[in-house]
Amino acid sequence: MLMLIKGGRVIDPGNLDGIMDILIEDGKIVEIKEQGSGVRGQGSGVKTIDASGKIVTPGLIDMHVHFREPGHEYKETIETGCMAAAFGGFTAVCTMPNTNPVNDNSQVTEYILKKAGLADTVRVYPVAAISPGLQGKGLCEYGDLKNAGAIAVSDDGNPVTDSRLMRSALEYAKGFGLLVISHCEDLDLTVNGVMNEGAVATRMGLGGIPNAAESIMVMRDIALCELTGASLHIAHVSTLESVRAIRDAKIRGVRVTAETAPHYFTLTEDAVTGYNTKAKMNPPLRSDRDREAVLEGLSDGTIDVIATDHAPHSSIEKDVEFDIAANGMIGLETSLSLGLKLVEKGVITIIDLIAKMSTNPACILGLDHGIKKGKPADITIIDTDITYNVDAAGFQSLSRNTPFDGWNMKGKAVLTMVGGKVVLGR
Amino acid sequence: MQFSKKDILDMESLSVDEITLILNTAQQMKEISKRPVKKVPTLRGKTIVLFFYEPSTRTRTSFDIAAKRLSADSISISGSASSLVKGETLIDTARNLEAMNPDVIVMRHSMAGASHMLAKTVKTSIINAGDGMHSHPTQSLLDLMTVRENKGRISGLRIAIIGDISHSRVARSNIIGFTKMGADVVLAGPPTMIPKGIETLGASVTYNVNDAVCNADIIMMLRIQKERQKGFLFSTEREYSKVYGLTMERMKGAKKDVLIMHPGPVNRGVEIAPEVADGPYSIIIDQVTNGVAVRMALLYLTAGGVRNVDAD
Repeated sequence: MLMLIKGGRVIDPGNLDGIMDILIEDGKIVEIKEQGSGVRGQGSGVKTIDASGKIVTPGLIDMHVHFREPGHEYKETIETGCMAAAFGGFTAVCTMPNTNPVNDNSQVTEYILKKAGLADTVRVYPVAAISPGLQGKGLCEYGDLKNAGAIAVSDDGNPVTDSRLMRSALEYAKGFGLLVISHCEDLDLTVNGVMNEGAVATRMGLGGIPNAAESIMVMRDIALCELTGASLHIAHVSTLESVRAIRDAKIRGVRVTAETAPHYFTLTEDAVTGYNTKAKMNPPLRSDRDREAVLEGLSDGTIDVIATDHAPHSSIEKDVEFDIAANGMIGLETSLSLGLKLVEKGVITIIDLIAKMSTNPACILGLDHGIKKGKPADITIIDTDITYNVDAAGFQSLSRNTPFDGWNMKGKAVLTMVGGKVVLGR
Repeated sequence: MQFSKKDILDMESLSVDEITLILNTAQQMKEISKRPVKKVPTLRGKTIVLFFYEPSTRTRTSFDIAAKRLSADSISISGSASSLVKGETLIDTARNLEAMNPDVIVMRHSMAGASHMLAKTVKTSIINAGDGMHSHPTQSLLDLMTVRENKGRISGLRIAIIGDISHSRVARSNIIGFTKMGADVVLAGPPTMIPKGIETLGASVTYNVNDAVCNADIIMMLRIQKERQKGFLFSTEREYSKVYGLTMERMKGAKKDVLIMHPGPVNRGVEIAPEVADGPYSIIIDQVTNGVAVRMALLYLTAGGVRNVDAD
């Protein structure tokens, strides 16, 4: 079967940028041509998608999501999570291992991939645990996990406190060509903290989490990365000090990459006002000074990736006292629109945004991704002009924990295609 | 002036006029407690639920006596006896209480913002009797009343609050309450107990107790909890009392007519020397007496009149 994506501005950062037609046959890209230069199969029997006025990009990849299957399917299943991803314009996601049971062995990895196969929506790349049970006491069987389909290892949510274990994890993962993703947090410094430390927390009588709780571990992991020569990816960067540490490390040539989430470049600790549990997350929303630093990190390339840390929770976990409310917000269905706000404000270009949401994560994960002849047609079409109000009630995700409900947005994905199959078309 | 607030949640949301009205009402209520028959029919037929999720003796007793002196029916529920231990959420418990039509729910909770959550959920008036480290408005109001009674004014006074500011809802409420009423508030304690950004509430900060005491009209000492030692907030009780405790010697730097306050319970010999706590400058016991009067006033103002629910 032939499909033609016609007349869109095709942006594949570092590869393509221009008004082009893309011909897809049996799920693969077979031709990419400047518009009007006569792509084969313009006639009948070709399904044509008019992309004029829109942007056509390699499928977006969210390398940090929490789907709650197995274990907490009432919050999100792999199927609903994949639908949320498709609606957000993503063609692939990396699922974090803190399920129940934890993804710390090949059976769980295989289970996740089996469920993803049944969902048949977007590609799912499971991230396996660094340590069994995320307990930080030993190493998982990385070889087995990799063979089963794990793409990286992380104890996300539970930082590896033992520096010797973290060193070993980096070295051991290096042997299998696995990326280590680090959730940087010094738990002793966090203690009873539930939001950013500072005047807002003090006024509200809530325990604060200092910036150093994150940056101290960012600096440790960079030191271990230098020591081991392994590949390290820092998850959800939220502080000025972390951005600086990563910038300096990159200048020294350390193999470190980093991501931030839309909420860290969009919101500050003020969002917690009124004990709003939808704005409770870990790391916490920080000060405006930190938000500015994150924006600078995105703009100068210190931060390579925008990932959502999509963390579904139900009212059971969120409609409770702030101290005991669960951390996290869902992000898959708002991420692109929030990223486009950065483009509109001139913080980054549209090309940068696509790189940070698609080709950079692919490169970090070692995925062969992009709009190239012979590659699977994983493609996202973005309408940057469409305006809408976020309506969380209409989300594909099973959960509704977003502080962005009702926000005015401009621009979103209108088509998501995975291997030539349209998984979102509006 | 008519009081139109549904809830008493924190000092931030009360205006100077509202605070003045509460203090004036409390002053009238105080007289009732001095009568041989300490009961008026004002709140007859009203129901007050005392919902104490965190243990409390003084505040609960004070509210209970206040309710009874106004002839209201008061019912106590403690955290350990309530459905919360059976896994019911706070919101569900609150909705169930509301369904029994009480007029006021007085709540003490160990977590900040719990009363605010309750106030948003139910139509019943909520009085916050302390929420975590956040707020303790009735304590602040009784402190304001006690100072006004003893000094004749609040405005222009220098109030020193000394001790563990970080963990103190009393300190937070009093910084806001006293500065709102025109006093200057200075805080002192070890840097480990001074939370970031506290000065944005309008107080100045020093780490030297003598500086804070200097020229103070009021010295308010806060309780030091032994378990803070485990959190590395201070070394030993011995050193704490030496460096930060209030002794007769240290009081010499204050004004001649300085008054000593403490929200209780007192740790004799730790934050305050016994001779200071029991001395002629201490108004610690007045605070407790006024606590009943202030709580009578608040119950009267929230449950007594015809309140326009839409006004807030």
